[in-house]
Amino acid sequence: MTLTTDKTASKKKLGLKERYAAMTRDLGWEPTYRTPEELFPYLTYEGIKIHDWSAWEDPFRLTMDAYWKYQAEKERKFYAIVDAHAQNNGHLNITDARYLSALKLFLQAISPGEYAAHRGFARAGREFAGVGTQVACQMQALDEVRHAQTQIHALSNYNKFYDGFHAFARLRDRMWYNTVPRSFFDDAMTAGPFEFMLAIGFSFEYVLTNLLFVPFMSGAAYNGDMSTVTFGFSAQSDEARHMTLGLEVIKFLLEQDPDNLPIVQGWIDKWFWRGFRVLGLVSAMMDYMLPKRVMSWREAWNIYGQENGGALFRDLARYGIRKPSGWDDAEASIDHMSHQFMLALHHWNFGTAFHTWIPSEEEMTWLSAKYPDTFDRYYRPRWEHMRSIEEQGPQFHNFGLAKLCQVCQLPCVFTEPDDPSTLWQRETAYQGERYHFCSDGCQQIFDNEPEKYIQAWMPMQALFSELEGNVPAWMDWAGLINEQDNLNFHGSADERNFSAWRGLSTTNTTNQENPA
Amino acid sequence: MSTVFIAFQANEETRPIIEAIEVDNAAAEVVHEPAMVKVNAPGHLVINRETIEELIGRPYDLQELQVNLITLSGNLDEDDDALTLTWNE
Repeated sequence: MTLTTDKTASKKKLGLKERYAAMTRDLGWEPTYRTPEELFPYLTYEGIKIHDWSAWEDPFRLTMDAYWKYQAEKERKFYAIVDAHAQNNGHLNITDARYLSALKLFLQAISPGEYAAHRGFARAGREFAGVGTQVACQMQALDEVRHAQTQIHALSNYNKFYDGFHAFARLRDRMWYNTVPRSFFDDAMTAGPFEFMLAIGFSFEYVLTNLLFVPFMSGAAYNGDMSTVTFGFSAQSDEARHMTLGLEVIKFLLEQDPDNLPIVQGWIDKWFWRGFRVLGLVSAMMDYMLPKRVMSWREAWNIYGQENGGALFRDLARYGIRKPSGWDDAEASIDHMSHQFMLALHHWNFGTAFHTWIPSEEEMTWLSAKYPDTFDRYYRPRWEHMRSIEEQGPQFHNFGLAKLCQVCQLPCVFTEPDDPSTLWQRETAYQGERYHFCSDGCQQIFDNEPEKYIQAWMPMQALFSELEGNVPAWMDWAGLINEQDNLNFHGSADERNFSAWRGLSTTNTTNQENPA
Repeated sequence: MSTVFIAFQANEETRPIIEAIEVDNAAAEVVHEPAMVKVNAPGHLVINRETIEELIGRPYDLQELQVNLITLSGNLDEDDDALTLTWNE
């Protein structure tokens, strides 16, 4: 009799919905000898009210058993290609060694952010009370650490041949442009669990991640970089799930209690602007660092910002949500930000762990066509002036240190949304100190939580407070090898080596001197 | 009506998925980009398990889509038979 029962049980396969219920909610329990408040102490102080945690459901209905199966398959596909790339000198197939700057910036600025997100979701999974939520956070924590590992692993192949890849972890903590994403993730991780979910799950994953990964990975494909396409797409296959989760979070919070609306709207305003500023780095990568361009930053914004973000906020209007307060300022910045930031990187390139260059004539023609209202008028003359200086001697360097925004930590190099000839600078006096900001958005974020942002570690100030303004000592401390990792692409070892090695790989010459 | 979209890696595993989407969504527009296929549709898009199974001649679990998924937009719902994306406005 027992056998028969077993047979019947094994015949019936659970449907997706039943399996999801069995593998998430059915794993939860009611505490008996401790109170829920003792188990989950951080759920109320942000002011968010949750009445029914079981209303949280992952619309993909992915369970841990299926998760392991599909993630293992993704890893197998990833390593097949990364191995082939290493075995076949894949690094020589890229279009041009200038492309490496985009990879260096990615490894220093973005991959450590994946690791930070991993830590954040591991914590959020512990602090939320609902089992569906806990499982979703657990999967995302595992995804994020996988992204950090696969990115570092894939890019380690480039570290064997090129400069600027060797100290990404130290550079992430100490280098002025890398503290932009670092402070973004530190800010999210030191917030409460609900704000963290809004910051990373919704604003970053749903509203902004497409702008980072999709055009960048298509750009890698265009530029012959098989290993980056592979880690990018492998990560992105998880992002679709993260984005879906981000949207579910916001609907869940808004459906639970009407009092959640103003809190959620405040976080959307804050984290949209925080994320948009981080994307300043991406705009420069897309418009300037890809030798073969796939689309401009403006075109990517039109598809993934304006159109997709527009659709999202129209959909959320039924809950009373409106577009983020910085939306119009963001739109007004799109045609300027990549140019302003890349000009700044170029004249500060003694302090960047990647190379920069003046765009070629052909590239300037491309930029004119993509930015008809701004490039020829405001930015081409500056590039051409810098080029005329470079043709006669050493390139122009700005040896002054940048004034950094106290919130996003970018140098204050951006202009007023309605006036491209005036720098967008704001300041707030707080407890006898003056704090500087790059925009109204960042100033508002500071004014809402000054006690948090006065504690920010600022890289330019640290050069004086920790190293007495000694720039060579700062380079050692930050992990930057002078005249190797930094300065102009033209004349760099990367330029010389790539061209010599590619020459060797496409001819039968044997007696070339060692290019390194 | 807002546009929903879904994008996959361009490879042999996703070819029948794209074909199935074209069969079941008359208004869908397929855009081929480097290494990627993106499908846009006004307001609503559905991927049916049965349509894919007819094309590939074997049983198919819709969760296999995850391996080659790149991105999507819209409110998602998935069960054993279909994956749908919808914007309400």
